[in-house]
Amino acid sequence: MRRRTVITGAGPISALGVGIDAHWDAMQSGQTGLGPMTSFDPGWYTCHVAGELEADSFKVRSVVPKSYRKAVKVMCRDVELAVGAAAEAIVHSNLSTPGVDHEAGFPITPERLGCHIGAGLIAADVNELTSAFSSSLGEDGEVDLGTWGTTGMENLTPLWLLKYLPNMLACHVTIVHDCRGPSNTITCAESSSALSLGESMRVIERGSADACLSGGAESKLNPLNYYRQHSAGRLADARDLEPGDVVRPFAENALGTALGEGGGLLVIEALDHCTERGGTPMAEVRGYAATQSPTHDGLGADADDIAAAITMALRDADLDPADIDAVVPFGCGIPVVDRAEAEAIKRVFGDRAEELELVLTVPYTGNCNAGNGTIQIAVACRCLQEQALPARLNTGSVECGLKAEPRAAGPASLRNMVVLSASQGGQNTAVVLGRCE
Amino acid sequence: MSDRRRIVITGAGWVTPMGHDLESVWQRLLAGETDVAPIDRFDASTFPTTFASQVRGYDWTGFVENPTMHGRPGMHTQFALGAARQAWDASGLGDSDLDRHRVGIYLGAGEGVLDFTSYQRTSLKAWNADAGQVNTVQWGDAASRHLDGIGEIEQEPNMPASHISREFGIRGPVYNCLTACAASTQAIGEAASILQRGDADVMVSGGTHTMLHVLGITGFNRLTAMSTRNDSPQTASRPFSRSRDGFVMGEGSGIIVMETLEHAEARGANILAELCGFGSTADAYRITDMHPEGRGPGDAIRQALANAGIDPSQRLDDGRPPVHYISAHGTSTSENDSIETKAVKRVFGDLAGEIPMTSIKSMMGHLICAAGAVEFITCLMILRDQMIPPTINLDEPDPELDLDYVPNVKREAAVDTCLSNSFGFGGQNDTLVVSRF
Repeated sequence: MRRRTVITGAGPISALGVGIDAHWDAMQSGQTGLGPMTSFDPGWYTCHVAGELEADSFKVRSVVPKSYRKAVKVMCRDVELAVGAAAEAIVHSNLSTPGVDHEAGFPITPERLGCHIGAGLIAADVNELTSAFSSSLGEDGEVDLGTWGTTGMENLTPLWLLKYLPNMLACHVTIVHDCRGPSNTITCAESSSALSLGESMRVIERGSADACLSGGAESKLNPLNYYRQHSAGRLADARDLEPGDVVRPFAENALGTALGEGGGLLVIEALDHCTERGGTPMAEVRGYAATQSPTHDGLGADADDIAAAITMALRDADLDPADIDAVVPFGCGIPVVDRAEAEAIKRVFGDRAEELELVLTVPYTGNCNAGNGTIQIAVACRCLQEQALPARLNTGSVECGLKAEPRAAGPASLRNMVVLSASQGGQNTAVVLGRCE
Repeated sequence: MSDRRRIVITGAGWVTPMGHDLESVWQRLLAGETDVAPIDRFDASTFPTTFASQVRGYDWTGFVENPTMHGRPGMHTQFALGAARQAWDASGLGDSDLDRHRVGIYLGAGEGVLDFTSYQRTSLKAWNADAGQVNTVQWGDAASRHLDGIGEIEQEPNMPASHISREFGIRGPVYNCLTACAASTQAIGEAASILQRGDADVMVSGGTHTMLHVLGITGFNRLTAMSTRNDSPQTASRPFSRSRDGFVMGEGSGIIVMETLEHAEARGANILAELCGFGSTADAYRITDMHPEGRGPGDAIRQALANAGIDPSQRLDDGRPPVHYISAHGTSTSENDSIETKAVKRVFGDLAGEIPMTSIKSMMGHLICAAGAVEFITCLMILRDQMIPPTINLDEPDPELDLDYVPNVKREAAVDTCLSNSFGFGGQNDTLVVSRF
């Protein structure tokens, strides 16, 4: 028999704030976190709207131990987000590590704590690099590599490379929280968070850890990564729109997605370990599956493979489609991705698809890429705990036959939920979460 | 453990600086050859390090059925497609009737190569020296004229896996992990875990990477991690030698096909070896340095052995140690080689000195994310031919390092079980145990 795994802590981080309460409260009142982008002037781009943390709401210095404050200098934004989320998740789970001031928490054995974090391709700070380039100009006004090799590169701090390696999210988090179990960095775009959860679950099932920090974090709100997303045709043309009107999941008049910075970490724990320490599970991870859409070309998704992921995850959970009461789709507002997801949901759930409640997160936070799935999963856990659904935001016209139109928050009877992702690159995931009585 | 699914390897391929096919590169490794030479991909003549181990004369289009289906893949994808084709063809899976949702991919692929020329041009055009930052509106405009947006998306680390899925019609679970120098070893270990859980019957695994580009060499030069023996490139990679002064940058890909034993036997596959154990830990120590006692690496080795049911202190009935070859991480940096030696001695105690341990990085250079996979494939060849390739350039032994590194000349040996180590920047440690089937 398989070792059962539960989620005992959630530390989502996004434009809605830090922590599950901040997310849940905003989603009860239907308050989007999207706004005019301030990370950089997006004047050239068609999408000027993004989900950004308020500057005062989060300072990474305040969530690391004093002895580690020096290290924040080498943290890029993605690392800051992950480090902030980790502290939140640990405290929320009522565990304690050397990284949090939480004497009441249960001190977990370092060797039994794993860490799996989804990350993106991190862009080096363009100002730091260009400043260095400008010291090495040739006659043509471009970088002269001869000068760059002798003196120019010295304008970069010796640790420059280490700021931007994707595994630095997990590196800092494992150091701060003394996680010495299996640690990995999953880089599969928007599926990274759920794939990380799948790996944490597998690691715990096979007995290599008792709990894992698991999730993802990313910010593509910098010129290079924003340009990559723009070039792929994924971003909405939002020039004449209010921020709250940009992301329209499953709508006939959907325009594309908007990006957010964020993600989060969860504590995934063996049920036996949780019970023994007297922890409180938010939800059980009942099933999980991943598939691939091989025809993917940077902008697309395939209904067959998303449907296969859902079906395989239900089989993994030993549940039928009839046992599912709500779905948290990726629902990013990119028409081709939404269409594939909608078709997959209809295929698996048949006539019930029309009644199945959808929980949409991207209209609140923007698409947080490698971190997005963690926000979806954290919200689903809270839904199961509260037996309630958040308000659904959608300004588009929904005619696809799914419950994606706006609705107010309210109570709901929820036994099990499915959380989906479909990434740029073709990776799909389905996670089945069950209510813990 | 006894009822655990057994995992076997049924195909292998690589694209390396020493050649692009399995057999010829293997012969060259046995002969102690190397192709380390001055970098000619860009002008590195004034860089602190001017040489590398570069893949040359490689054309990926000869390894795929229809190159146009792949567009313009990044170099990391190009390497991976060649290695994957060799592994896939060797496995004979192309001729068998496969449920494609039961075939997955787990790569440890690095990011692709930023188009440096276009990036610096774009950034300098938008540079406002007085403000000390780029004007991001001008940056977007310049990027649209100089920087190929779709080409940039191809640099995402999940793209090699996406292209492999396209080439072979793979639709099962697809992961990419990026844990620096440990990535592809970790990928192989976790791929096995996916097979053991029953989530797939076949996994394509391994890694691919190149950091042989302006910013890659810059980054490692700033970290002072690379050898600067510019007057003698071919003797620069000198693991375990007293005069070692850093690693030599390599690039390439190693890919294997893994299956459950049941699946491989049912289709009458040619079995190359059995994967018997996997251990994975995090140092949780510092972002730059390894733990001085090799805490994480030692635990990874111990876990892998325990996972394989091997007691490191027990001789076999025939008097030999329980492991007959160690593929060292052996980077030729002062820190790694001494800490790795220490960790191996702590695990194997008195028997450590009887186990040959070599580093093919002495010949091939360090393939970063792909290093572990290429070294694992070397273990497969050692098991097949009962011949151990040497650690070359080891003519000035370090008096502190006293294991059997098989200096300079290959050796015939009875090898039934190999251990393969990879330790990543950022503290991820991974070890695999592979045995004759």
